[in-house]
Amino acid sequence: MNKNLVLYISILIFGIAAPFIFPAFKVQLSILCILIVLATTWNIQGGEMGYNTFGNILFYGLGMYLCASVQVGMFFPLAEWTESGGEKTFVHTPAQFFQGMAAGLVVAAVVPTIVAGLIGYSILGLRGHYFAICTLGLGVAAGEISGGIEIIGAGQGFTTPPFPNVGGLEARGEFFYFLSFFALVFTFITVRAIYSTRFKLILNAIRDNEDKAEAMGIQTMKYKIIGWMISAFFCGLAGGIMGGLVGYIDSTDVAFDGREMGVFMVLMAILGGKGTLWGPIIGATIFHVFKEGFWTFFLGWQYVALGVLIVVIVIYFPEGLMGWLREKYPERFGEVVDEKDRKAQVELK
Amino acid sequence: MDFLVFQVPMLTIQALLDGLLLGILFALIAYGMALQWGVMNIINIAQGDLVILGGYIAYFMYLYGIHPGWGVIVSPIIMYFVGIGIYKLVINKVVDRDLFISILATFGISILFMQLMNFAFGADVVLANSGYGTTMLFDNSVTLPNSKIFSAVISIIFAIGLVIYMKRSKLGRAIRATAQNARAAKILGVDTEKVYAATFGINAALCGVAGALISITFTIHPYMGLPYTIRSFMIVIVAGLGNLPGVAVSGMGLGIFEEFADYILGTEFRIGSVFLLLVLILVYRRFKLSRKREYLK
Repeated sequence: MNKNLVLYISILIFGIAAPFIFPAFKVQLSILCILIVLATTWNIQGGEMGYNTFGNILFYGLGMYLCASVQVGMFFPLAEWTESGGEKTFVHTPAQFFQGMAAGLVVAAVVPTIVAGLIGYSILGLRGHYFAICTLGLGVAAGEISGGIEIIGAGQGFTTPPFPNVGGLEARGEFFYFLSFFALVFTFITVRAIYSTRFKLILNAIRDNEDKAEAMGIQTMKYKIIGWMISAFFCGLAGGIMGGLVGYIDSTDVAFDGREMGVFMVLMAILGGKGTLWGPIIGATIFHVFKEGFWTFFLGWQYVALGVLIVVIVIYFPEGLMGWLREKYPERFGEVVDEKDRKAQVELK
Repeated sequence: MDFLVFQVPMLTIQALLDGLLLGILFALIAYGMALQWGVMNIINIAQGDLVILGGYIAYFMYLYGIHPGWGVIVSPIIMYFVGIGIYKLVINKVVDRDLFISILATFGISILFMQLMNFAFGADVVLANSGYGTTMLFDNSVTLPNSKIFSAVISIIFAIGLVIYMKRSKLGRAIRATAQNARAAKILGVDTEKVYAATFGINAALCGVAGALISITFTIHPYMGLPYTIRSFMIVIVAGLGNLPGVAVSGMGLGIFEEFADYILGTEFRIGSVFLLLVLILVYRRFKLSRKREYLK
C-alpha cells in the first residue's frame, strides 16, 4: 500500500507539473487525459461487465452539445448564436464564461447519466453482439439526427464560446489542461474506489455468466444500469471538456464521431488490457503517443493505419498488454503459482 | 396526419414502388449477411464497404466506355477473389473466436476500405449512367427509372440462382452441412476451411452484384458503406437466420419504410431513421424474447 501511495503521489505531482515542463504539448496532454477517462469508463462496461459497447460515444457527444448549449444559452439566445456561426456577435465576459462552463459541465455530466438510466432497461437486456450492434446504431443515429437539428447548428456546426481574454496567451491551455486533469483524477479515484467493492465482483459475475449470476440472486439488471450510468457520467463530463477544448462542434466529425473517438475508446482499453485498472490508462497513453507520432508522418493515411491497427490488435493482442504481462509474470499480479505447475504448463504449450 | 405523401395518392404509389425496388436490393445484400452469419457465425461490419467497392468496379467500367450493366457479371467475379483474400488474411483468424472480436476486426477492415477507396477513387458522389431511360406510369405522374426495374430483376435472378446452387451443388451442400454442425461436417470429410473461404467469397460476390446495381440505380460514395451493413443486419434479425422468404419480405418492408421516412421526415433524417429503426427493432425483440426466457439454458 505504501509503495502504491508513493506511486500515486509522484504521478499526481508529475501531472500538475506537466504543463510547465512541456508547455508546447498542453493541448496534447489535455486530450490524453480525456482519452484516459474515456478508456477507463469504457472498461467498466466492456472489461468488467462484458458488455462491449460502441455507444458510449452517445454520452460523450451529448455532453459536448449540452455543455456548449448551456454555456451559451445561460446568457444569450442560443438560436441567434448558432445562426451567426463563427462570428463574434456575442462575447462572454470572463465571469460569464467560467460560470457557464461550470454549469455546463454539471449538466453535461448529469443529463447523460439520466439518459443512460432511462434507456438502460431496454438496451442492456440485449446480449452479446446484439448489444454491440445496437449501441453502434445508437451512436450513429444520434450523430445523424443531431446533424439535422437547427438550434444546435445542424450541418454547419456549433462554435463554442471562445476563451475570455484573461491571464495571457497560456491561460487557455492551462485552464483546459487542469480541467481535464481534474476529470482524470476524479475518474481514477471513483473507479478505483468502485473496483475495491462488491459492486465490481457483481459486474465480473455478470461478465462470466449472467444467467448464473441471476440464479444466485443478484439483480443483474439493476447493476448493469448502474454500471452504465457511471460510464455515462464520466463520458458526458469528458465530452463537455473536449467541446470547450476543440472550440467547434460538428455532429458527425467531432461529437458523435463513431469512426474516431467511438473506436478509439474500445481500442485503447483492449490495447492496454480490458478488465484491469491500469490497462486502459497504459493503453490510452501508448495509443495517443503512437497516434500523434504517426498521424503527423502519415498525414492522410491515418485511417488506413487505424484500420490496420485495429485488425492487428484484435487478432494478435486480444488480451492486451496487461493480459500479456499477467500471463508472463503472474506473481506480480498476486497470483500464487506453483513452480512445477508452471513448468508443466510451459511444456504443454 | 396531413403529410403531403398521404394526401396525393400518386406520391404514395411512387414511394411504395421505389421502396419495393430498393428493398429487393437490400434483401440481396442481407442474403449474403445471413449466409456468412449462419455458416461462420461472423457479423461482417465491412459488408457495406464491399458493396461500395463492387459499385466502383461497375463505375470504372462505365468510365472506360463499357456499359455498366455488364458490371453485374464482372464485379462479382472480382469481388469473389477480394472476399477470399480478406478471408485468408483476417477472417480465418477470428472465425472461432468471440463474436465481438469479429465485429471489431471487420470494423477495422471497414475503416481501412473506406479510406483506401477515398484515396483511390476520390470523395465525390458518383453514379454510372446506364442510359436505360424511364418508364412513366399513371398518366406521367409516377416516374420509374428502368434501371431500378433492371436492378430488381437482376437481384431476383441472382438470389434464385444462389438458392438453387445451394440446394443442388456439392459445395452448396457442404456449406449447408457446415452451417448445421461444423464439427460433424469436419468428421464426415468436409474441408470446413475451404467452405468458410468459399462462403465469404460468395458473400463478397453478392455484395459485388448489389454494388454494381447500386452504382447504376443510385449513387456511390466511399463513406456510404455502414448504412448498408446496418440495413442488412436489421433485415436478417427481423427475418431470422435461414429464413429466405423472410429476408425478401423484410428487405422490401425496409425499403418502403425508408422511402416514406424520406418523404415525411425529410432527406436529412433518412439515414438517422434507419439507425433508429434498428435500435427500436432490437429493443422490441428484447422485450419479446424476455417474456419467453424463463429457464436457464
